Amino acid sequence: MTYITKPINHHPRLETNKLGLTRRDYEGAVSTLCAGCGHDSISAAIVEACFQLSIEAYRVAKLSGIGCSSKAPAYFLNQSHGFNSVHGRMPSIATGAAMANHELLYLGVSGDGDSASIGIGQFIHCARRQLNMTYFVENNGTYGLTKGQFSATNDLESKSKYGDENLFPAIDLPSMAIQLGASFVARSFSGDRDQLVPLIKAAMCHKGFSLLDIISPCVTFNNHNTSTKSYDYIREHNEALSKPDFVPLGKEITTSYEPGESSEVSLHDGSTLSLTKLALDYDPTDKIIAIKNIQESQRDGKVLTGLLYADPSAKDLKEILNITDQPLNTLTQEQLCPGKSALKDINDNLK
Amino acid sequence: MKKIRSVNDFVIKFANVNGSGSASANQMFAKGVFRSGIPVSPKNIFPSNIQGLPTWFEVRVNEKGYLGRREGIDISVAMNPQSYGEDIKELKSGGYLIYDSSWKRDFGREDIHVLGIPLTELCVNEFSNPKQRLLFKNLGYVGVLASILEMDKDIYIALINEQFKGKEKLIEPNIKALEIGYSYAEENFKGLCDIKVNKSDKTEGLILTSGNDAAGLGCVYGGATFCAWYPITPSTSLAESYSNYSEKLRIEIGTDKNKFAFIQAEDELAAIGMTIGANWNGARGFTATSGPGISLMSEFIGLAYFAEVPSVIFDVQRGGPSTGMPTRTQQSDLLACAYASHGDTKHVLLIPSDPKECFDFSIEAFDLADRLQTPVMVLLDLDLGMNDWSTKEFDWDDSKEYDRGKVLSKEDLDGMEKFGRYLDVDGDGIPYRTYPGTHPDKGAYFTRGTSHDEYARYTEDGDKNAEVLSRLLKKYQTASELVPKPVFNQEESTSSIGIIYFGSTDCSMQETLDQLDEENLNVDAMRLRAFPFNLEVWEFIEDHDLLFIVEQNRDGQMRTLIMAEGGIIPDKLVSILCFDGQPITASYIKNKINAHLSGVPAKIA
Repeated sequence: MTYITKPINHHPRLETNKLGLTRRDYEGAVSTLCAGCGHDSISAAIVEACFQLSIEAYRVAKLSGIGCSSKAPAYFLNQSHGFNSVHGRMPSIATGAAMANHELLYLGVSGDGDSASIGIGQFIHCARRQLNMTYFVENNGTYGLTKGQFSATNDLESKSKYGDENLFPAIDLPSMAIQLGASFVARSFSGDRDQLVPLIKAAMCHKGFSLLDIISPCVTFNNHNTSTKSYDYIREHNEALSKPDFVPLGKEITTSYEPGESSEVSLHDGSTLSLTKLALDYDPTDKIIAIKNIQESQRDGKVLTGLLYADPSAKDLKEILNITDQPLNTLTQEQLCPGKSALKDINDNLK
Repeated sequence: MKKIRSVNDFVIKFANVNGSGSASANQMFAKGVFRSGIPVSPKNIFPSNIQGLPTWFEVRVNEKGYLGRREGIDISVAMNPQSYGEDIKELKSGGYLIYDSSWKRDFGREDIHVLGIPLTELCVNEFSNPKQRLLFKNLGYVGVLASILEMDKDIYIALINEQFKGKEKLIEPNIKALEIGYSYAEENFKGLCDIKVNKSDKTEGLILTSGNDAAGLGCVYGGATFCAWYPITPSTSLAESYSNYSEKLRIEIGTDKNKFAFIQAEDELAAIGMTIGANWNGARGFTATSGPGISLMSEFIGLAYFAEVPSVIFDVQRGGPSTGMPTRTQQSDLLACAYASHGDTKHVLLIPSDPKECFDFSIEAFDLADRLQTPVMVLLDLDLGMNDWSTKEFDWDDSKEYDRGKVLSKEDLDGMEKFGRYLDVDGDGIPYRTYPGTHPDKGAYFTRGTSHDEYARYTEDGDKNAEVLSRLLKKYQTASELVPKPVFNQEESTSSIGIIYFGSTDCSMQETLDQLDEENLNVDAMRLRAFPFNLEVWEFIEDHDLLFIVEQNRDGQMRTLIMAEGGIIPDKLVSILCFDGQPITASYIKNKINAHLSGVPAKIA
């Protein structure tokens, strides 16, 4: 994770957002990932989404585990605190952090090795606890930093760059997440910015556990013609469920659709994710249909992308645990310590 | 025939089948003695099992306040035919055996006094509910004891009333069960037992509680708002104590919302990860575990050490290695905790010796973790954690303020030119930190387990990395000045022989020291309370030619720490080791010391 600061010079008339900030204000250090890496496109989409939503970067916490994907938080949002933890354990760090202060926006960046293998237990329990965070899986089906081993999301019989065949079936994280109770689950492709940016914006505004499983080809180890996670393969087999458009709170939906052609998901903060239906007749708030669609497209050799499932009314972990609205990390000693007077009863009860 | 005669000084052992409801009756017996004004030390000796296996409950009653375990049983309440053989063997000559004589039995010993009471028959006659018939045998023998020890029966009636407050209809049958035993003994056992409990005032200022209960309450007082844990014996009741006290003491008025988060994690790896995440974000968080959990948490402990994130970890030690003896006590995680994780790591350990100190050290642990920005581990053991001890009342000074350490506020950052997360500004090895979300454009940094420079940037510059590692050693030196100092048995050293001990051994050691004094052997004693060792520890070691180090483990782990950290010549450090899973006794320690001094090597227990 080499650290190169970007030069600060930029064009004086760059577009600004509600906070008066430009896109450059949301950038991070220069990426040291391979040229053409899908992860860099995802970082750019995160920058774009934060810019468009006028997010205050210092109110964001970026968390990751270990691997190529986990380097990515260094490459966006310089003004945010980051935590590059240990392999597969980002969800537990995020859980503790989010309970300490539920007012920040938590972006977890993970990969397929980090989330589908070493950290699958933490991924599962984090989803099931409804932690309010946006969880990115930058999914390239391979272990890049250790030079090209198969990961658990690689498709059965897909071949490595060196000709080895993958002997085990892929773990599908979105299906798992839906079954576990995650309340916002989408899949996208790092090369489809038009789809990715609205999905990221909606995921960040959603309250509860949001999973974005983003196919992000590894140009060095998994972009050959026998791979099922290559740019060419995904472009050919991508079947988008819908064309999403994210409408923040207070803005009218301007795009008009014929009846039956669009559906809308209203998020808890009043913003809306408007979806133009493209391929399948589906209801993104129905778990069973969502899982059926995913399974069917897998059977047909397609990669289904778009918003797969959302439950905008779900409770998040803070509500489930009935934690105070005042963040726990701001409670003062007076609010926390019962003091000498309370000890009298406690001592008396133990006599 | 000989009869043991004693007032307010005896050991009673209950033998039961686990899952039969005996534990609460046995505890009630102990509490009754405590309320009579005599210190008690009840110890639950239980199997790693829920129902059907033998379980024991041993209570030492001692007016002088010796609370360590003592060998030899004076009264045996043998309620489990499976373990009769073992129970009879332990009973001292002239001792008393109480058993359920619904099935008569010859115990084959002529030197003990057998008091048979047909408890099953009596309960079957009195109660119709099959569950009650079984359960109330337990209170029946408590009634017998109240009679033969000539205790105030009303104390037990009061205890029953308190225990079943809110479930009033259970009070009457419980009192009836107590009376059944009491009346039977009054009629049949008068004058048979020469052990008595006389009311005293030696429990003034004392409470009866466990180290886990005390530590959980200490976390509430210490300002912890976050606990993540994974169930493991013997630490579970510590996390539960925190939760129970929080539900009483930490509810926001007006909203009924919790001023704490309590999460049962999926495993110990997640428990420590969540704890680190909470502390990173400025909440005081802790986890509680035992040896196997420490092994699992070690990777994360290394991260918290290197990235300098405060965290508090309670290790209630049990018998190891591996799964070991989950329901027996040991002090065998010292090395695993002191140097937990790969690479060069050293951690702060606090070692309380009684429940009162568990309460105090819990509070201290949060202050030290925040001040030093590092994991602080509090080491209890099963005996201290799970058993009730007669201990000093909890106390809190309302003028005390939490030490949140070097944390920069928005205003601090405003006035700063450049923030460097790992800059040693004050020369004590402790840098300044910021909580996420504090300032719009100052103070953000990347927390990482990879090698980093003073500005928290990744670096592969070997010199930079060595600088950070060296600064962490400086911080460790600072830690040695801040952790609790040792406690000495006398103000000035007067002997060439010293004893070093720590943790739950304390209760037996006080008795050993008195015994040695009676034998006119003058020794100095030092109770270690923390790691790294402070100056006073090294001075004591320097001042003595021969040092006994008393530990409840096989390898003399504290001795290893002393040798490794102080470069002390091993020759003058003699280990006294007990690792059978039972709490160490005073006579065991005394005999090992005497044996060594008279030329018999004491190294191997």
